[in-house]
Amino acid sequence: MQKQDVKKRVKNFNEVALGLTDQEAQREAKGCLGCKKASCIEGCPVGIDIPAFIKLIKEKKYSEAIEKIKEKNNLPAICGRVCPQEDQCEKMCILFKKGKAIKIGYLERFVSDCQMQNKSKSKQDKAAKKKERVAIVGSGPAGLTCSADLAKMGYDVTLFESLHKPGGVLVYGIPEFRLPKSIVEYEVDYVRSLGVTVEPNVIIGRTAGLDDLRREGFKAFFIGTGAGLPYFLGIDSENLNGVYSANEFLTRTNLMKAYLFPEYDTPITKGKKVGVIGGGNVAMDSARCAKRLGAEEVTIIYRRTEKEMPARIEEIENAKEEGINFKLLTNPVKIFGKDGWVDEVECMENSLGEPDASGRRRPVPIEGSNFKIKLDTLICAIGQGPNPLLLSTIPELKLTKRGNIEADDKGITSMADVFAGGDIVTGAATVISAMGAAKKAAVAINEYLEKK
Amino acid sequence: MFRIVSKDKINPVIHKMVIEAPRIAMKARPGQFVMVMIDDKGERIPLTIYDHDGKKGTITIIFQEAGKTTKTLAKLKESDNIVNIAGPLGRPTSIKRTGKIILIGGGVGIAELVPIARYAKEIGNDLAIIIGARSKDLLILEDELKGLTERLIVTTDDGSCGEKGLVTGPLKRLLEKEKFNLAYCVGPDIMMRAVCRTTKEFDLETIVSLDANMIDATGMCGTCRVMVGSETKFTCVDGPEFDGHKVDFAEFMTRQKRFRKEEQVSLEKGCRCKSKM
Repeated sequence: MQKQDVKKRVKNFNEVALGLTDQEAQREAKGCLGCKKASCIEGCPVGIDIPAFIKLIKEKKYSEAIEKIKEKNNLPAICGRVCPQEDQCEKMCILFKKGKAIKIGYLERFVSDCQMQNKSKSKQDKAAKKKERVAIVGSGPAGLTCSADLAKMGYDVTLFESLHKPGGVLVYGIPEFRLPKSIVEYEVDYVRSLGVTVEPNVIIGRTAGLDDLRREGFKAFFIGTGAGLPYFLGIDSENLNGVYSANEFLTRTNLMKAYLFPEYDTPITKGKKVGVIGGGNVAMDSARCAKRLGAEEVTIIYRRTEKEMPARIEEIENAKEEGINFKLLTNPVKIFGKDGWVDEVECMENSLGEPDASGRRRPVPIEGSNFKIKLDTLICAIGQGPNPLLLSTIPELKLTKRGNIEADDKGITSMADVFAGGDIVTGAATVISAMGAAKKAAVAINEYLEKK
Repeated sequence: MFRIVSKDKINPVIHKMVIEAPRIAMKARPGQFVMVMIDDKGERIPLTIYDHDGKKGTITIIFQEAGKTTKTLAKLKESDNIVNIAGPLGRPTSIKRTGKIILIGGGVGIAELVPIARYAKEIGNDLAIIIGARSKDLLILEDELKGLTERLIVTTDDGSCGEKGLVTGPLKRLLEKEKFNLAYCVGPDIMMRAVCRTTKEFDLETIVSLDANMIDATGMCGTCRVMVGSETKFTCVDGPEFDGHKVDFAEFMTRQKRFRKEEQVSLEKGCRCKSKM
């Protein structure tokens, strides 16, 4: 796939990957063997009939191809961009071992974009209206998916969002250059077109509690509030100016559009020397945003090696192309400030020891290897936990030791009318796994309401 | 959309606005705040809920023109709409029935003190109140507070109303004379710090209500973090009230200045609104 020229793209927030041309899409689709026993489908958390939609592309029936995808996936333009296909459908492709796996994600994006460009709309199979009201809490990938599926089944769905804009991590977290916000708006509009009412500015647990919603006639709830609690390092001087959680740095940049300051009112300090701690997609996103905001030097500081990085390979490659430095096997131990602002971070070098619970080799600090990195901005991208704001108002709901909601693989929780899915159950994971969980929860909610 | 029901100018820079926000009005408790974002390009700022009326479905805010957002807000008129308001946020006040409470408010913080004072009185506490402002024309809500206590002391920096000087003068005098069970303070950071230093000398438990820079105000970003004792707390979800003797004011005040340069740029650029003053 064509990408925006690297020299240009580090100076703007426009989308990096430009999508396939018609010709490229045809060539890619023609490579698909159309396996009878298609293992790629097993690799897809929402079970898209991949060979079928690719066959439709071959036949140039693009609008039918997108409908085929939408039978299972309500947000294809998003998934085509941010799914880790290399670990899912494409990894299961029979051609993967030869290094020639079909670029399923690119094709998914291609047909989604075709539909958007043609301004055509998906048909909405209006199911017979079942009258029960269902409340969805959180409008990220899980909430959007659960809303859409339940609306398709005929339920009266209201989607509550605490921020002023729906989309959750898709709007506050993932940057414009990876997932344009117009795409998210387009997909949210599709969910609205299914009959879902979207209510922003409502913080369930504060603006209204579950009991209030029960009184308003809601019969079931889906909680998809994500992983919205930033972790800090727990080392000295973390509250110095210039030290950000990745959540803050990305929210200012993406949701509040601080990169367009002062046209937009929310400010961000534009660092010249930026350090980003962590090795996941959030760390890559933060580093690449910092670069685009005008940083001269951006360094990713990660405690293991590149092999263990949880970020997508594509994003690591993009970051490298854009001149992001990688300081691997390195662990921050102390932050130093000057006049209230971060000035240096002291680090230790690591070696890799025995594998830990995650199966990755544990980093072991090397005694006496301490050294300092000079910087004016430090971003902590070491993970996020479950936000307790809503959960603390539902003491009857069983949580895990880590504070996530205890739910089975259907999204059933310890409370009969409360279902949950996505990062709030699993801890920080991917957009598509949240969507997969939300689909199962929608089925479980339907079963629950039909039995009532 | 949230419609402005009425708007009054309390003094040249402080305004009172009643806004339709039925869900928030039903839930608001003393000490809580809302996040306000005026339009699609705006920033999100926290403003204390001064009053709320569940039946009418309205909330009242009182704010001082300081930065770009509050200056823009001041230009809105009755019947105009504010695009986004979310809340109520923060923990409601932790004040209980404890006996004698001394309440101290400064500047526009007096507007935040009023709902606390009303509530403290309502649950059976005996109040003494000290309020301070730079000068007489900047002093607000004196009459509201008079109804809650016979002991209301006013100070102004220039002596144009009440005692000349800072709130800590009469505070010290009162604490030397009698015993209080609790102090509560809301106002400029520098005033809260001074009040805490004074009450510390008398070993009097002191609650402060912090006004930090925020974005989501649901505990998601951590921009509002503050050291309280040896722990980092988020003002938006753990506060806004904290034990004033444990707050690291030096750090908090440094953090509050971190976007000063940008705030200046924003102010100079001026507002987007079409209506003229």
